[in-house]
Amino acid sequence: MAEAFSKFKESFTFNFIEGSRWKYITNGLLVTLKVTFFAVLIGLMIGVVVAMIRSSFDQTKDEMQPGLGKTLMTALNAIAQVYLTVIRGTPVVVQLLIGYFVIFVSSTNTVLVAIMVFGINSGAYITEIIRGGIMSIDRGQFEAGRSIGFNYVQTMRHIIIPQAIKNVLPSLANEFIALMKETAVCGYIGLMDLTKGGDVIRGRTFSAFMPLLAVALIYLILVIFFSWLISKLERRLRSNER
Amino acid sequence: MSAEIIISVKDLQKTFNNGEVQALNGVSVDIRKSEVLVVIGPSGSGKSTFLRCLNLLERPTGGSVVFEGTDITAPRVNINLCRRRMGMVFQHFNLFPHMTVLRNLTLGPIELLNKSPAEANEKAMQLLERVGLSDRSDAYPFQLSGGQKQRIAIVRALCMEPDVMLFDEPTSALDPEMVGEVLDVMKELANTGMTMVVVTHEMGFAREVADRVLFMDEGVIVEQGTPGEIFDHPKSERLRSFLSKVL
Repeated sequence: MAEAFSKFKESFTFNFIEGSRWKYITNGLLVTLKVTFFAVLIGLMIGVVVAMIRSSFDQTKDEMQPGLGKTLMTALNAIAQVYLTVIRGTPVVVQLLIGYFVIFVSSTNTVLVAIMVFGINSGAYITEIIRGGIMSIDRGQFEAGRSIGFNYVQTMRHIIIPQAIKNVLPSLANEFIALMKETAVCGYIGLMDLTKGGDVIRGRTFSAFMPLLAVALIYLILVIFFSWLISKLERRLRSNER
Repeated sequence: MSAEIIISVKDLQKTFNNGEVQALNGVSVDIRKSEVLVVIGPSGSGKSTFLRCLNLLERPTGGSVVFEGTDITAPRVNINLCRRRMGMVFQHFNLFPHMTVLRNLTLGPIELLNKSPAEANEKAMQLLERVGLSDRSDAYPFQLSGGQKQRIAIVRALCMEPDVMLFDEPTSALDPEMVGEVLDVMKELANTGMTMVVVTHEMGFAREVADRVLFMDEGVIVEQGTPGEIFDHPKSERLRSFLSKVL
């Protein structure tokens, strides 16, 4: 027992303490959190806007009078459809590589590229989540807002979106957690995230067990922590409902 | 009955499903200032559609609605500005469940009428006092009874200081013992001189409060007149058979 412990300690020291190799883990963790956080933020913004375009087009296409407005909405809706199809129809690793080597090729800020790519990627999934939330709101809420004199966007902003977001909060939380794990592939473009950090230690020490398990454990703890945080938030938001 | 006309409806048509269903088939009526107009009729007669066309929640497929001199069915009319002056009360209340009562009442005035929160709150509290619910201003809608919700919904519309109030079967979703409290609020409102258009199945209310009653069936106005004419001396066979079922 004591022997096993001292071996563990030796391995731990070798992998993390010597040469301050723990910094690969902590710095990587920061990068992972940074990419995930800002990507979700971008995804949320894209998601709300695209979901509004999609659902407003579906709701009003039959009643809209021909004219500039209708042409514009039809075009926006078509763009949204293409965006959703392409993003959801291709692997995120491929999008990451295209983003880094084709689209943002002149950018030297790898973190920013990863944030943009994952943000645009999760935007597509968040769009569908929020669209579902919007459609789940009773039509009477929309009519009540409009009858007071709010225009379409104001009604969405004050009345529909807050309720929709609340309804889809569990799904959004899952998206956040899934995205955090998905960012593990950003080593493909040379970004030193948590996974890459663990892998670099493995390459230095030639011992796979300790660094990779440490990485897995950190992801697990993060997921458990955020799940707990979100369930707390959800309970608070539910306080104005039965 | 010489007061100025506030809403003038001409030959209103509304079809659904690309013309398959004719909900309104040529409805014309002038609504005067301070008038209480009650619309009755069997289910599917088009009375709710008529009401919803007045503030363009349904877009008419023909005819015109002139509100305070503006033809709101014309293209490029800012309907949102017109709707601020037309309050609407729904069958299912449609209070905003994620806001307190007070926030429900002040959202419109603050966001649309540029009132300060203090000003909007004061007005809302005054009106809540009038309907006897000033102690519920911090409650959420789910904490209220149906009758309370509908009274709040009426106040929400009044907070916008509308020129006309539209009621779409305001008591149909209520438990019977709560109908009275809502009708009392509406009666009081009528006494203050508010112009009201009320679609309802409450014949007692129509008889007592209405200045004029419209009887609609199959998308047209079959008969109209004072409550006395409609309820005591119905002329058409359809109105007689309708009244014999509901009275």
